[in-house]
Amino acid sequence: MRTINVEQITAEVAQMCKEAAYYLPQDVYEALKKGRETEESPVGQVVLDQIIRNSEIARAEDRPICQDTGMTIIFLEVGQDLHIEGGDLTEAINAGVAKGYTEGYLRKSVVAEPLFDRKNTQNNTPAIIYTKIVPGDQLKIELTCKGFGSENKGGIKMLVPADGVEGVKKAVLDIIQHASCNPCPPMVVGVGIGGTMDQAAYLSKRALMRKITERNAHPDYAALENELLGLINKTGIGPQLGGTTSALAVNIEWGPTHIAGLPVAVTICCHACRHSHRVL
Amino acid sequence: MAETIRITTPLKEEDSRKLRAGDSVLITGTIYSARDAAHKVMTEALARGEKLPIDWNNQIVYYLGPTPAKPGDPIGSCGPTTAGRMDAYTPTMLEQGIKGMIGKGSRAPEVVESMKKNGVTYFAAVGGAAALIAKSVKKYTVIAYPELGPEALAALEVEDFPAIVVIDSEGNDYYEIGQKPYRKL
Repeated sequence: MRTINVEQITAEVAQMCKEAAYYLPQDVYEALKKGRETEESPVGQVVLDQIIRNSEIARAEDRPICQDTGMTIIFLEVGQDLHIEGGDLTEAINAGVAKGYTEGYLRKSVVAEPLFDRKNTQNNTPAIIYTKIVPGDQLKIELTCKGFGSENKGGIKMLVPADGVEGVKKAVLDIIQHASCNPCPPMVVGVGIGGTMDQAAYLSKRALMRKITERNAHPDYAALENELLGLINKTGIGPQLGGTTSALAVNIEWGPTHIAGLPVAVTICCHACRHSHRVL
Repeated sequence: MAETIRITTPLKEEDSRKLRAGDSVLITGTIYSARDAAHKVMTEALARGEKLPIDWNNQIVYYLGPTPAKPGDPIGSCGPTTAGRMDAYTPTMLEQGIKGMIGKGSRAPEVVESMKKNGVTYFAAVGGAAALIAKSVKKYTVIAYPELGPEALAALEVEDFPAIVVIDSEGNDYYEIGQKPYRKL
């Protein structure tokens, strides 16, 4: 049986936090450049120039792309033949987040309790961790720093089967138009369709971990991704102050659901769609 | 885009009233950062009849919570946060004499009404351009509420800080104006 020590996991997670905060993924960078070429609004062009230049400075100087270095979300795939030794996996991950956010000069943005005290935990923990047990003996870690300017603008709609494709399009567009200039567009839009209310929300987050150049494997969902992107880019929202580059991509993930249901969830990500990946 | 307008703080009401939605500006001087927690503390202090740590008259507030500065730097990454979260506190704060607000995103109608009354301008900095904006900040000094960490009330010395007037003191809203020609749904 293969063995990994938790110390290695802590070290990797720390490094991944910094990488995600400093280095905008290449696919997102390319999409911003492409958006700049096609943007029709002169003000939108100026905004995109600043966003592109910003990501270049962040990469060259190891600086956070955005001051909101987010809440850390981690998707784990744990091989069922893997043995994790030396301590508690969850604690090891949170130790990595604390180390990464402290060493990397990232902002600590997590409060321990949401309503009454709202006291900052001072090290950005705890992370939100989703774990999936899979065949094999590897540990796959995907990490994102999720900023809340965009997170606050997500939404969920419990549609019924009769609402169909048109209902889904309307639900997504309503959420996007309500979000408007606020979530730091150009956005990356994660859509979760199916499952239960919580599962749809999970899928909408998971969708943001996929490359934005990669379409859903199911041709109908891939076509819907393209159609929704076209519609969102006609809202006028643009890169914050109006224009034609409102979103860089729409990523849909779907799952089985109940005969009576059609849940649709939308997670909006800002243009700083930050993530890092490791397979140990 | 029209020519860039240079602004030096403090910002007088008469100068604020000249600015128009869509104007591109470069701000130089001292601006003050405060966000959710500092706004809550300040408005609670005012409700108790207490004095605030600074005189806000003719000042510019920047809705910001920066990342920690790396050694040798004055500040970390420091882009704007969503201004709408401050809306509940804003009319009270504008009565203190604030003439400019820098943030991102739309504002509530009661904020716009208070802006018109008090001659206040709302500027947008580009959301998520935090490493670029940091280049225009020369000094960051915590003035009050250090216990709030990145949410502390602080003074920023800025040079040619880039921003765009989104809502002017007559209530013209560039988020609305800028989107309209490209809305084709």
